[in-house]
Amino acid sequence: MFYREAGDFSKTYREDSQTFPIRFDRYRYYAVLLIAFAIIPFFLNDYWVNAIFLPFLIYSIAAIGLNILTGYCGQVSLGTGGFMAVGAYATYKLMTSFPEVSMVVHILLAGGITAFVGVLFGLPSLRIKGFYLAVATLAAQFFLVWLFNRVPWFYNNSASGQINSPERTLLGVPITGANTEPWAVYLFCLVFVALSAVIARNLTRGAMGRKWMAIRDMDIAAEIIGVNPLTAKLSAFAISSFFVGVSGALFFSVYLGAVEVGEVFGINKSFLVLFMIIIGGLGSIFGSFAGAAFLVLLPVLLKNVLVTGLGWPTDIAAHLEFMIVGGLIIVFLIMEPHGIAQLWRIAKEKLRLWPFPH
Amino acid sequence: MKKKLLSAVIAGFMAATPVMAELTFSALSYRTGAYGNNGIPFADGYLDYFTLLQERDGGIGGESIKVIECETAYNTEKGVECYEATKGEGVLSYSPLSTGITYQLIPKVTADGIALHTMGYGRTSAKNGQIFRNVFNFPANYWDGASVGIKHLLDINGGDIKGKKIALVYHNSAYGKEPIRTLEELSKKHGYELTLLPVDHPGQEQKSQWLQIRREKPDYVLMWGWGVMNPVAIQEAVNIRYPMENFIGVWWSGSENDVLPAGAKATGYKALAFHAVNSDFPIFDDMKKYVVDAGKAAGAGDQVGTVLYNRGMYNAMLVSEAARTAQAIAGKSNISQADMIKGFEALEMTDEKMAALGLAGFGPSFSVSCENHGGDGMVAVAQWDAGAGKWNVVSDFQASDMSVIQPLIDEDSGAFAAENKLSPNCD
Repeated sequence: MFYREAGDFSKTYREDSQTFPIRFDRYRYYAVLLIAFAIIPFFLNDYWVNAIFLPFLIYSIAAIGLNILTGYCGQVSLGTGGFMAVGAYATYKLMTSFPEVSMVVHILLAGGITAFVGVLFGLPSLRIKGFYLAVATLAAQFFLVWLFNRVPWFYNNSASGQINSPERTLLGVPITGANTEPWAVYLFCLVFVALSAVIARNLTRGAMGRKWMAIRDMDIAAEIIGVNPLTAKLSAFAISSFFVGVSGALFFSVYLGAVEVGEVFGINKSFLVLFMIIIGGLGSIFGSFAGAAFLVLLPVLLKNVLVTGLGWPTDIAAHLEFMIVGGLIIVFLIMEPHGIAQLWRIAKEKLRLWPFPH
Repeated sequence: MKKKLLSAVIAGFMAATPVMAELTFSALSYRTGAYGNNGIPFADGYLDYFTLLQERDGGIGGESIKVIECETAYNTEKGVECYEATKGEGVLSYSPLSTGITYQLIPKVTADGIALHTMGYGRTSAKNGQIFRNVFNFPANYWDGASVGIKHLLDINGGDIKGKKIALVYHNSAYGKEPIRTLEELSKKHGYELTLLPVDHPGQEQKSQWLQIRREKPDYVLMWGWGVMNPVAIQEAVNIRYPMENFIGVWWSGSENDVLPAGAKATGYKALAFHAVNSDFPIFDDMKKYVVDAGKAAGAGDQVGTVLYNRGMYNAMLVSEAARTAQAIAGKSNISQADMIKGFEALEMTDEKMAALGLAGFGPSFSVSCENHGGDGMVAVAQWDAGAGKWNVVSDFQASDMSVIQPLIDEDSGAFAAENKLSPNCD
């Protein structure tokens, strides 16, 4: 009834090719932005920020990054954790070497450094594909973690081998360190998330995204119609790693504040982000958010219901949490292999016809 | 008579008000994952001691006790979530039992003004209380452990270990890396050769490390392990027939769960200890009467008297004594988070106090001050006897080599102070 194209006339090409062609979607998008930027910050406390919003936002960036590589360009990567570690350690080195430079610059630079490392490890993708590429990126994961553990220069020779983010301010407001306000770190991450999503969305529906998708769907055919696999694959690796690096940088500097590479950026992290995009939906920006929300919020929700709500022993709740999350992943993959994004798409199709489906 | 009347009035008042003030403590425990085998007994001991105080004495200084348990799985992200979830409840002190989580929490507790007690783990330089105002790591820390481990080797070698080869098998994390600096400094002083063998999380795969040990035949192997890494390392040592009496673990690598899987051949394995490792103390009678037999034991209730159970109990005892000290200083029983920090800082554990608690000789006597948050670092060596199935303390409690450790503490805490623009003070 209200969710349809009818009556919404585009008068320019620009209007015709906008991200949200349906008026309702557009208003919903503005409403979400308004709530996220102008309303949520007033209701935040430490718990909501540190347990829910920061992990959700930061994992969303990582999922967007991996989705560009795996979902759009079809290159399976198990190196996400390692690339996040590159972002984290790059920020750490930059933060401690140039304390007077703004954190925004450091985080973008860290993304750039990760992009470079990503391209380096993306080179084998020109020769190998599928499972073999997954193994090559797995090597990147282990190599990078080993490197950051092995070379003391990366952690400024600290006795514990940990990196700690010192306090840095943006416009006089602390955004890293211990004395941060919940709203400040939330908004700081939210800006990065919103920009990442807009950039990724526009990249993927432009010429570059079409090249990626051509490579994903059939690389030989893509090459024949004039897509250069070298630039397409390497640009996917670079841009994907950039986002993953930014998320790693935020993860370390804003969210955790102290990081131990083997534990925080281990292989588990790579799988977690991969699960996020598989459950959320491969090749969908919305899917990245949905997957991140699913895997970040569900365990917290289950814990709060089982332990705080029902008063169960923590160990039983923790084990049950594994079973429920694992079970739901399997159910999802069987019932909806294209992820939560596909459910969303179906809902939109239905909504478009509602209430007269014929 | 007057006093009796007063207490009757107070009791009546207490009974009349259903919502009593409580002393809230947190147990950031882990009963799942690769470190659960060691996390469970510690968590049980920690919770049981508070249950005992509650059931037997009605709490601490008349205030009832509430302990909030939160599962971290030894994972820093979950640890942060637990901290944020519980800190709003007025938790008086945190004991996360994880060096990684400790590093996360140090800046947070400093900003929030809550005490953090990391007993025998965490950031060693927190011993310097002038900089780490609300972080406490008494009675002993990793550098004490490393130093006493080397002292023990000196003792059994008649004071000379020049040219000996010592290998350190360590968990490749902040925890395992802590002793390296100290061991390097000590190697300059005593002239031994140090080989570093990192084991990655979770530690099930140690074949290459032990192959290297078999090839290089170090005279002694030290281990900084935790969780599943411990039984695997001890089993590997048995497999390559490494002489077990030359294999010394830190206190976190010295529980029954670590040596039992290797069976009889684990006999002779040594581990450091900063408290008693047996269960011949009067407190265990009370524990049985008020907690275990009453069906109030935490977990499965089958860990009472094991090394890590004792350590969890010891930790809870120190925390509750600090709360008692805080109550005495503040002059009221319902203490605040700030009072609790003062209680920790003024804590004195004397032999009489320990005896009164039914723990005579359980741990060394020590006192905490603003300058020294780490106690005296008294550590002994225990040895496993698989036949009897128990640990025996085979050396005296001895102090660590502070001439080596103090400069390292000053250096590391100074670096932290510079990084965070803190100036050392005691007021």
